[in-house]
Amino acid sequence: MDFALSEEQQFLQSTVSDYLAANCTLDRVRECVKDFQTTDPNLTEGLVALGVPGVVIPEEFGGTELGYLEAALIAEALGGAIAPFPFIGTSVIAPFLITRAGSDEQRTSLLPKIATGEIQFGIAFTESIGRRVSNPTQASDGRISGEQTFVIDGSDCELLLVATESGAVYVVESPAVEREELKSIDRTRSLTKVKLDNTPCEVLPGTVDDPSLLSNALDIGRIMIAADTLGAAQTMLNKSVEYAGERKQFNRVIGSFQAVKHMCAEMAAELEPCRSLVWYAAHSVLAIPTETHVVACHAKAHLSEVGQFVARKATEVHGGMGFTDLLGLHYWFKRIGLNRQLLGTPDQVREEAALAQGW
Amino acid sequence: MDLEYSAEYEQYRQDLRKFLDENKHRSPGMAGTAFTGEEREQIARDWQALLIENGYAARTIPKEYGGAGQEPDPLKAHIIAEEFARYRVRPGHSGDNRLVPTVLDLGTEEQKRWLVPPTLRGEMTWCQGYSEPQSGSDLASLSTRAHVDGDDFVINGQKIWTSGAQRADMIFCLVRTEPDAPKHQGISYLVFSMKTPGIDVRPLVTMTGEATFNEVFFTDVRVPTTQIIGKRGEGWFVANNTLKYEREGLGDPNQAEGRLREVVAIMERETVDGQRIIDNPVYRDRLLRLQGQVLAMKYNSMRILTSRSKGEEPGLPRWIVKLQGCELNHQLAGLVIDALGELGTLYYNSPLLRDRGMWQQRYMMDLGLIIGGGTAQIQKNIIGERALGLPKEPKYAQASS
Repeated sequence: MDFALSEEQQFLQSTVSDYLAANCTLDRVRECVKDFQTTDPNLTEGLVALGVPGVVIPEEFGGTELGYLEAALIAEALGGAIAPFPFIGTSVIAPFLITRAGSDEQRTSLLPKIATGEIQFGIAFTESIGRRVSNPTQASDGRISGEQTFVIDGSDCELLLVATESGAVYVVESPAVEREELKSIDRTRSLTKVKLDNTPCEVLPGTVDDPSLLSNALDIGRIMIAADTLGAAQTMLNKSVEYAGERKQFNRVIGSFQAVKHMCAEMAAELEPCRSLVWYAAHSVLAIPTETHVVACHAKAHLSEVGQFVARKATEVHGGMGFTDLLGLHYWFKRIGLNRQLLGTPDQVREEAALAQGW
Repeated sequence: MDLEYSAEYEQYRQDLRKFLDENKHRSPGMAGTAFTGEEREQIARDWQALLIENGYAARTIPKEYGGAGQEPDPLKAHIIAEEFARYRVRPGHSGDNRLVPTVLDLGTEEQKRWLVPPTLRGEMTWCQGYSEPQSGSDLASLSTRAHVDGDDFVINGQKIWTSGAQRADMIFCLVRTEPDAPKHQGISYLVFSMKTPGIDVRPLVTMTGEATFNEVFFTDVRVPTTQIIGKRGEGWFVANNTLKYEREGLGDPNQAEGRLREVVAIMERETVDGQRIIDNPVYRDRLLRLQGQVLAMKYNSMRILTSRSKGEEPGLPRWIVKLQGCELNHQLAGLVIDALGELGTLYYNSPLLRDRGMWQQRYMMDLGLIIGGGTAQIQKNIIGERALGLPKEPKYAQASS
């Protein structure tokens, strides 16, 4: 019984965090996002060298195959640094589905290129998480048509994974589709709308035989988003504690006032158990898969709620400065805000967790 | 990360189950009910003795003081707690979880031999004399006084919130022995019999309608000067040792998990307009929100357990348990009350009463626990100052006492 990160996992966590602290500063993020650029090309080489895109890809296909807890630790670090860098879709969801559901040929041709960062996948799962504005997507005879909104990691991708209502997932070459950038509050990550019009596609055969693979992929995506929120919220808490320990009013640092101190304590008290929830959910993917669905829904929902709480309180601790662009705290606020809605809102995923438990 | 127990611990669990299968009929509650009070007490003492003999109670207390004398092992302690809960068998105790560790840490050899063995056997029970009407969160301002007269301390003053004072054999009590010293340095920690002349115990009825607490008045109570734990004027530091052990017990996530199961059961059982409450999406969502928190606290406790089993200080995950856990229990009770509507307000053995009125009882009792053992606000100070490193209130704000 050992519910803690191993030395290797702690090393991975600190290596990625240190790399991002040095190379993904707030000034650098500001430069990237001013033109809605959601991939910082300067980060690609370093993160590939650290094995980030290959973290769940089997070694025989060029990955490090570390696992989903390790992937969650990376997602947490990326969220902590509000890194403009696609990860959750292209480096976790796509490799999971291709590994589990792809043909031998798809695995051989696609996975090694994901691991080296040579190709990037966008994830178009609108059909599975509540269709809002798009036309339903339908595939037949190697062609696919319809609309997909809120595609994750879709801005700079070479390929798309597109899900249809049945749970089948298709590979589509993205230059063949009409794409439009959607502009969310969070300018550090891409959201895209794609239009498929009799576009050539290739099914991941395993998803036809076993539609639950798509559901598994969604759960893994939810855990990663929860981890991203954990990292972003932790940074906001750290900045709050630092600010409350420096800023003086009435000749005292404001952190000595209980009104401010208690906001920081409440953030810590809410956030710290979230870390264990994310670890457990990520660990369950390979170790206790029967528990993953419910606990992934809870991780997504609970981190959404606590993330929102921390984002709001941290802004208040910073007073008027928290509200300005000068300080830039709002980048974390907005990243947490986008995460809350992606791959199922908290209310939606709680209802899924209830159904899964027979309630 | 590995959530399986190693073979050694699995074996330990199997042995414990075998023990419980063979002996549970001897435990209080399972031994039958047709006994006199005295016989019931004997059953409880025999059960405790059997558990200590087998290493399932007072595990780490040395044998010479009546314990089982085993090495500290948080995983084994956890397995014991889990299995007794699973079997619904009354667990043993380590005497008083506040007093015994304090005496073992700071008492003299003579005090250890006098106090620990009968406490472990259940023949010496305790209450805690800390809080006073004017000294709650600011405990160190306490004013119950003791002056030395010959070989005795002579105590005058009043304590409050004293759980179990009407039944306890003994009290561990903070008194001011050095009135001229700074407030933290003028306190001593005394132990004495509740039968000592001059002690008056008056039950304190709380909002639940029960008298779980008492007020205790001391008028010229004489206690031999040898009955002090630690040195004169060092009682505050002795008491902090006790508080450390007390807070550990509050906000236990295993309790929240058990309570969540009970909430589900009543939501599946009760109906509104013929619809089961669990099928109402509003109440179901409230249930799911709380389930997410229960899971987070459960895994948080696994993290604490892992740290302890490696001999590491758990840090922040531990500091938050009392604050979050007590609040969560309170919220779970609140959900049931809301889901039951008007039925949820019934109490006092009313007709139509559900679950013996325990949800209102818990809802109120949990509020008491949110306040007691260090209020939620004091917990937030502790988290802010000790875990996050934020500064204390400036000195001038403290100078008032």
